[in-house]
Amino acid sequence: MRIEFDRDACVGHNRCYLLAPALFDVDDEGYAVPLVGGELPVELEAAARLAADNCPEFAITIEGGDA
Amino acid sequence: MTRGPAVYAAVVNDDAPRSGSPVTDWSTDFDHTTEGWAAAAPAIWDELRVTCPVAHSERFGGTWLPTRHADVAAIAHDTEHYTSNSVIVADFRPDVPAPMGFAPPITSDPPFHEFARRLLLPAFSPKAIAVLEKPAREFCGQLIDELLATGPVVDAATGYAQHIPVRVIAHLLGVPAEDGDRFRTFIHRIVERPGQAGPVAEEDLLTTYLFRVVEEHRQSPRDDLVSYLIGLEVDGHPLSDEHVIGTIALLLIAGIDTTWSAIGASLWHLARHPEDRARLVADPEVMTFAVEEFLRFYAPVTMARIVAEDTEIGDCPVAAGDWVLLPFPAANRDPAAFEEAGRFIVDRQRNRHAAFGLGIHRCLGSNLARLELRIALEEWLKRVPDFELSDPDGVRWSTGQVRGPRTLPVRVLGREARDVTREG
Ligand code: HEM
Ligand code: SF4
Repeated sequence: MRIEFDRDACVGHNRCYLLAPALFDVDDEGYAVPLVGGELPVELEAAARLAADNCPEFAITIEGGDA
Repeated sequence: MTRGPAVYAAVVNDDAPRSGSPVTDWSTDFDHTTEGWAAAAPAIWDELRVTCPVAHSERFGGTWLPTRHADVAAIAHDTEHYTSNSVIVADFRPDVPAPMGFAPPITSDPPFHEFARRLLLPAFSPKAIAVLEKPAREFCGQLIDELLATGPVVDAATGYAQHIPVRVIAHLLGVPAEDGDRFRTFIHRIVERPGQAGPVAEEDLLTTYLFRVVEEHRQSPRDDLVSYLIGLEVDGHPLSDEHVIGTIALLLIAGIDTTWSAIGASLWHLARHPEDRARLVADPEVMTFAVEEFLRFYAPVTMARIVAEDTEIGDCPVAAGDWVLLPFPAANRDPAAFEEAGRFIVDRQRNRHAAFGLGIHRCLGSNLARLELRIALEEWLKRVPDFELSDPDGVRWSTGQVRGPRTLPVRVLGREARDVTREG
């Protein structure tokens, strides 16, 4: 599974940081900071899906993995 | 690009029904300041989304009401065709000081908006807000204990939910929490009955109050948000008084009714759904998801825009100067955007709700609001795992753009309360 983050779409809802702290940190202004890029280890796939499924701005997308 | 205020002529149509008077047809004459709306808004949105997804009303000089998620999202992201300079629908188009508006950043458009917002972002980031968890928890616990001492039937809205955001915001800003009643009077006038309150004495104006607060902080600076705003320098100049006062007013107004409403509506839900109470008590981890589902299903805040340049919502033409209500709560119940949109699912896993808005005006206080809501519910359920509405018909929902229960009589079950009250 791959994860992509679109900084231009992020407005700092912080849903990702709350749900997937292993994948996203947050900067001083509240914008997401991806901690892991590209191909994900299997154990982070569920967290990645959760982050993507809850970002109101569709700033996080995942590809591949078990659908 | 700054937009002058003169573009928006007052265009109130004398033949249109007076704002606030009862509505018979929601698709041609809706009015969010009526009791009819307060009593049934979710049903009105669901009906309109199917029959008339971009409804129009002659009231307030011409107002649109889109109810589809896609339309609401598109407008929230479109700062070219819509201006935020007035975000509360009223009978008149306020004469707004561009580019800042009365309450920066919520009433500011790009590019000024980003400047005003970035001054505040660090104070409201999740890490900055986290330190409030402990004091908020203590305060909630103390409030509930005091309330329960008064008997088994209590008003969870006025006795509990209402006090939490007042206390938290007063602490952040550095104004006395005892002024809570005054804040609520200001807010009621501005948010629930815009333009319908009649003349207000100078002494009772929010700005008069805030000028005094700023003056006091100038004389004795302290470690709070008001002092921070006064002390800011941009290119060697302090912010204007209008900017400082407008922003403090915004933080007071935006943080109180909204959060109170979210806590109250969530308790209203829990009073009527023992299965969700039981789930949250048995499995506290579910709260992370429950908070977002409460925010989706009972989203309290509808914003507004004024059309800045003629454009279309969906296929529907709208003209410069028209009001547009931006009902995030209606977007949150659109089946095109949410699976089983009409059902409350306490641990919903896919939830891109828009309760805090979308785009550049995303609620600055969202992390704070989320923290207050979670703590308010956790502390309540710790002490009151079992409760019900004591007078379902006595629950009154607010009118206007912030929706929540303003009275919420509940009976606390379990404890000794059950024995005393259930028989009587
Ligand atoms: C559950 C509680 C809350 C809800 C549902 C809520 C909702 C919203 C929404 C929908 C917006 C977007 C406005 C727009 O698009 O025009 C907004 C903006 C804002 N909110 Fe909140 N809010 C809540 C609590 C708070 C709190 C606690 C504060 C701060 C103390 C706050 C401060 C603000 C500010 C300053 C803005 C303007 C941001 C900007 O324009 O850049 N809100 N809120
Ligand atoms: S949830 Fe989306 S918008 Fe919010 S911080 Fe994460 S990436 Fe940004």
